[in-house]
Amino acid sequence: MGVDVRNRIAKRAAKEIHDGLIVNLGIGIPTLVADHLPQDIHVLFHAENGVLGTGPSPNQGEEDPALCNAGGFPITSVMGASYFDSATAFGMIRRGYIDITILGALEVSETGDLANWIVPGKRVPGMGGAMELAQKAKKVIVLMNHVNKQGESKILKKCTLPLTARHSVDLIITDMAVMEVTKEGLVLKEVMAPYTVDDVIANTEASLKIGATVNSIE
Amino acid sequence: MKQVISKKNKIVTLEEALEYITDGCTLMYGGFGGVGTPPTLIQGILDKGVKELTLIGNDTGFPDIGIGRLVTLERAKKVIASHIGSNPNAGRLMTEGKLQVEFSPQGTLAERIRAGGVGLGGIFVDVGIGTIAEEGKDKMVIDEKEYLIETALTSEVSIVYAKKADPLGNLVFDKSARNFNPLVAMAGAFTIAEVEEIVPVGELDPECIATPGIYVDMVIPTKGVNWKWAWE
Repeated sequence: MGVDVRNRIAKRAAKEIHDGLIVNLGIGIPTLVADHLPQDIHVLFHAENGVLGTGPSPNQGEEDPALCNAGGFPITSVMGASYFDSATAFGMIRRGYIDITILGALEVSETGDLANWIVPGKRVPGMGGAMELAQKAKKVIVLMNHVNKQGESKILKKCTLPLTARHSVDLIITDMAVMEVTKEGLVLKEVMAPYTVDDVIANTEASLKIGATVNSIE
Repeated sequence: MKQVISKKNKIVTLEEALEYITDGCTLMYGGFGGVGTPPTLIQGILDKGVKELTLIGNDTGFPDIGIGRLVTLERAKKVIASHIGSNPNAGRLMTEGKLQVEFSPQGTLAERIRAGGVGLGGIFVDVGIGTIAEEGKDKMVIDEKEYLIETALTSEVSIVYAKKADPLGNLVFDKSARNFNPLVAMAGAFTIAEVEEIVPVGELDPECIATPGIYVDMVIPTKGVNWKWAWE
C-alpha cells in the first residue's frame, strides 16, 4: 500500500476522533492517524506500555530511550501525562476507559469478528495487547487493505484465521470503502474514489448492505 | 521512639548477582521492546554461558536488543510472552522446534505476573473467550458472566531495570521504562535490580517509590545500554 493510500485511510479515521476522547492507536497505519487530527482537538492518547498522554515523535537527537510507544519507537509526552505499569495500563483497557482503538487487521467478518494476530504456520507474532483492546475499547476501528495480494477479499462472511476477538469491530476503513458493522449487518457508508459501489461489492465476500447515501471520498 | 535506620545493603557486583542465574532456571524480566530491560545483566548472562532458560516477560525484544539477545543466541528453551513479532529469530526458532512459545494476552500476562507477585493462585479474565486463547483453560461463571481461569506466574529469578535505587532496594522507575518491571520484581523468588543511579537511604521520596525494597534482593549499577535502539 502506497504512502498516499495509507494517509488517505488515516485521514478518514481521524474524522472519528472527537474532542475529549481517550484513544489507543495500534502499530502501522493507525500511528499515522494522529498526524491528521485538527489542531483544536484535544485527545489523550493511551499507550499500553504505560503512558496516558503520549505526544508527537521527538526531534532527531532528542529521543529518550525511556519514553517509547508500544511499537518500541520514541515519543514525547504532553502536559498532564501520566506513567504507570503494564497491569494498570491494561486495567484501564479492561475497565472500558478507552473510547476508541484503531487497529490493523488481517481479516474482518460481517459480524465484526477480528483476526489480526496469527497466520498459523506462517506468521506467529502473538497477540500482544490486541485482544484486550479489541474486546474492551468502546469503539473499535480497523484500518486495512480491502483485498489481499491475490486480490481476494479480506472482508468476509466468516474469518478463516484464528480470532483476536468476536463481535468487536465497529467500523472498517479500507483503501476502497468505509463500512459499519451494525445489528442489521455490514453497511457500506462511503467509497474511496475512484472506486464505485459496484467495485466494492465485487471485492467484498461479506454480505454488504448499501447505505441510504454512500458518499465518495475524493 | 528511637529512629532506626536499616543498615541493610543490597548493593552487589554483577558477578555476585550472576551466581543466582543458572542453567535451566525460570527467568522473568522487565521491559517492553527492550525499553526497561537490564542490559548489564543480559550481557552477564550471555558471558556466563547460561542456557536452557525459561523466559517470562512481555516480548522477545528485537534481535539484538534486550532479552532478544538471549533468544537470538539460543539460550532459552521456552518463552512465555504476549508478542514475539519484533524478533524474527524467536519465530524461526519456534518453527524449527528449538524454542517453545506460550502466548498470553498482554494484559492477562501482566496480571498473571502481578497475581504471582501478590500471593494469588490465579485470576478470572474474560479476555480471549471465543478465541484459541481459551484452549486448555478452565472456566468460571460469576454473576452469569463467563471467565477464563488464568494461573499466576512466578519466577526463580526476576531481573528488572530502574532509574534509581537505595541500598534497601527501593526502586524508582523512568517513564515508559517502568512497564512490566514493578510486577516482575514482585513475582521473583529472588529479584535482582539493575539501576542507573544508587542513592543513600532516605534520599528517595517515599511517595515516589514504585517498588518497595522488600521485593528486591540485590541491586547492581548498570553499565548502560550496549545495543543500538531500533530507531538509531
